[in-house]
Amino acid sequence: MPVVLVGTATCGRAAGALEVLQAIKDTVKKQNLNCLIYEVGCMGHCYAEPLIILRKPGFPSICYGHVSPVLAENLVTNLILNDDPSLEFVLGSLEENDLIPSFSDFPRSKYEKRILLKNCGHINPEEIEHYIANGGYESLSKALQMKPVEIVSEVKRSKLRGLGGAGFPTGEKWDVCRHSEGEPKYLICNGDEGDPGAFMDRAILESDPHSVIEGMVIAGYAIGARHGYIYVRAEYPLAVQRVRNALLQAEKYKFLGENILGSGLSFDIKLFQGSGAFVCGEATALIASIEGKPGMPRHRPPRVAVQGLFGKPTILNNVKTLAYVPHIIKNGADWFLQTGTERSKGTAVFALAGKVVNTGLVEVPMGTTLRQLVFQVGGGITKGKRFKAVQIGGPSGGCLPESALGLPIDFDSLQESGAMMGSGGMVVLDEDDCMVEVARYFLDFTQKESCGKCTLCRLGTKQMLDILEDITKGHGMMEDLETLEQLAEDIKQGSLCGLGRTAPNPVLTTLRYFREEYEAHIKEGRCPALMCQTLIAYYILPEKCARGCDACVGTCTVEAITTDKKRRIKVIDQEKCVKCNTCLAACPPQYDAVVRLSPPDKVPKSEGK
Amino acid sequence: MNNEETEIKEKTRAILEGLESNRENLIPILQKIQEELGYLPPYAMIEVARFLNIPEIDVYSVATFYNQFRLTPPGKHSIRVCMGTACHVKGGHIALAAWQRRLKIGPGETSPDREFDLDTVACVGCCAMAPVTVVDKKVEAKADPTKVDGILLSYQLQKEKEEKENN
Repeated sequence: MPVVLVGTATCGRAAGALEVLQAIKDTVKKQNLNCLIYEVGCMGHCYAEPLIILRKPGFPSICYGHVSPVLAENLVTNLILNDDPSLEFVLGSLEENDLIPSFSDFPRSKYEKRILLKNCGHINPEEIEHYIANGGYESLSKALQMKPVEIVSEVKRSKLRGLGGAGFPTGEKWDVCRHSEGEPKYLICNGDEGDPGAFMDRAILESDPHSVIEGMVIAGYAIGARHGYIYVRAEYPLAVQRVRNALLQAEKYKFLGENILGSGLSFDIKLFQGSGAFVCGEATALIASIEGKPGMPRHRPPRVAVQGLFGKPTILNNVKTLAYVPHIIKNGADWFLQTGTERSKGTAVFALAGKVVNTGLVEVPMGTTLRQLVFQVGGGITKGKRFKAVQIGGPSGGCLPESALGLPIDFDSLQESGAMMGSGGMVVLDEDDCMVEVARYFLDFTQKESCGKCTLCRLGTKQMLDILEDITKGHGMMEDLETLEQLAEDIKQGSLCGLGRTAPNPVLTTLRYFREEYEAHIKEGRCPALMCQTLIAYYILPEKCARGCDACVGTCTVEAITTDKKRRIKVIDQEKCVKCNTCLAACPPQYDAVVRLSPPDKVPKSEGK
Repeated sequence: MNNEETEIKEKTRAILEGLESNRENLIPILQKIQEELGYLPPYAMIEVARFLNIPEIDVYSVATFYNQFRLTPPGKHSIRVCMGTACHVKGGHIALAAWQRRLKIGPGETSPDREFDLDTVACVGCCAMAPVTVVDKKVEAKADPTKVDGILLSYQLQKEKEEKENN
């Protein structure tokens, strides 16, 4: 029987997947088609959302991208009724075949290795049977036949490191907790993915929640925990809903709760929704928030593995780390050790965003270079622009320039370059992005999110932000750069938790690799990337402006553009202009008459009245 | 006791019914109240403090620590502009400026007619669709100033239609 899969994770919904789903349902009903329709999660190809997959016996599974409701209707009827696979709309097929180019023929597939994302976008996350049919919960039953100590030593041997960013060896952490005194013990899955620009954990929780639950039950058994928590950000309503549903199903199937699979093991999982505080990604802050307190980190030691939630031994693992556990138990540590580099094993999941062609979720072996990730997997920079930097690791990470693209992606090399792996957010920046502004943006973020406990983090980030704001407005001084470096050092030294200790990284890396941009702002009042709003002006080149066209006049959001009566060209009133970029986007490419100038006094004086 | 106070306290008590009086429940309780009432009125927080047997200031400190909680009534429609990295480099701040210009309110404020409330959100994880704005829980992709105008226009048309039907 033909099957229609519609990708309805948050990205897909933003692009209109629910409308597509409705259109398909209507068509199937109207034409009385005999087929099944399933909602699936994120397939990773976010650039081509909304996405659908059609399956019909005799054909390979075909994935279509950029689907609209009308197109969906046609694709479904063409294939199911007329055996026509509508080749012109195909993105790729899932299996190799003679008819349609498959995803494995894409150049990027050479670099990708999907382990954690294997099920994402291919199974219905709301149906536990789909997960089980794909080998789900097999590892749990295998694990229950092992002794807890055997599981810990297998995970230890696999050298799995925490994929939330810190890279601490998972097995060792478990061992500490196992041997710590105190009952009951707790296991917490950290899904408080706060880094702006990161959405890997959201995608996994939305697309394959059972993989995380299975990992948690195994981990809970290994460390001797009785209770588990999944901590999910409030900003992820769909993930919350799907996890809640998955927990109920797992309980019904006896994978969770009392006497799991008849083994005598009891382990339950509660879902806890975060309330929008970035600092709660930190272990002790997250624990405080579950306890009903403001999320402020505390001093360590004691480690949370010894004294965590409600003062009891607690293990906190990232979503991806836990999702890896079933794979390691099923295939063994030796299988895991085959992938990756000497000190970082396995794969890394990245959320590619920003000015890159193939935005979306990718999974690559550790050790893949940044260049391969951005250019081969990501397909390079959009609109033929020049690559400038890649921002990796979110507010704790840094901006790495072209010269660093040869770096392999693993925990240690990125740290040496001044950035860090973080949880996997990767934002690609091109020549239009100002590095001073990007640094200011991150400081603005960390300054707001600082919990206020440590003086240097609370006041130091504010001071750095003020200086950066001055620079982006053209009021900076050269000695500010030294002050920034000094402050950065002090904040790193004087902060208790990772938020403060890494907050200066975006500033330090941009100062290290893009110092000339800071200098242009300070010395010339010029923003080389034409991004800092105070330092630019929009201007319509008279010689390029076409007499008959008034695309910009109509689109201007503040009616700042008028037509010069004599010459029939368009002029921007600089007093009214709010620099929203709409006119530049609207100007037809054959004229290309709207430009940005920096410093703003480059606009000829006679203009702009 | 005035009417508003009685009403809010009654609603709060209804929400609290059947829940355990555990400090651990504080954040889930506040989330539930906000879901039902749209914000955390002072009277509701006082009631929660009494229920959990903790000082009122503890409830207030949690309510003000987390970004998700609001202490003022929301508008009919909520506008949440994403300030994530990917949105930022694709013009998230320009989108926010457009909303501010059109609604004539700043982030964290509600329009005087209580139609809209505007706020920012750290990141909704739809980075591939940047810049995004979450309008009434629906994520609007590529929300540039032109789209902002389009969204507002559709609300206005809908409102006019409703008014016509009512008359």
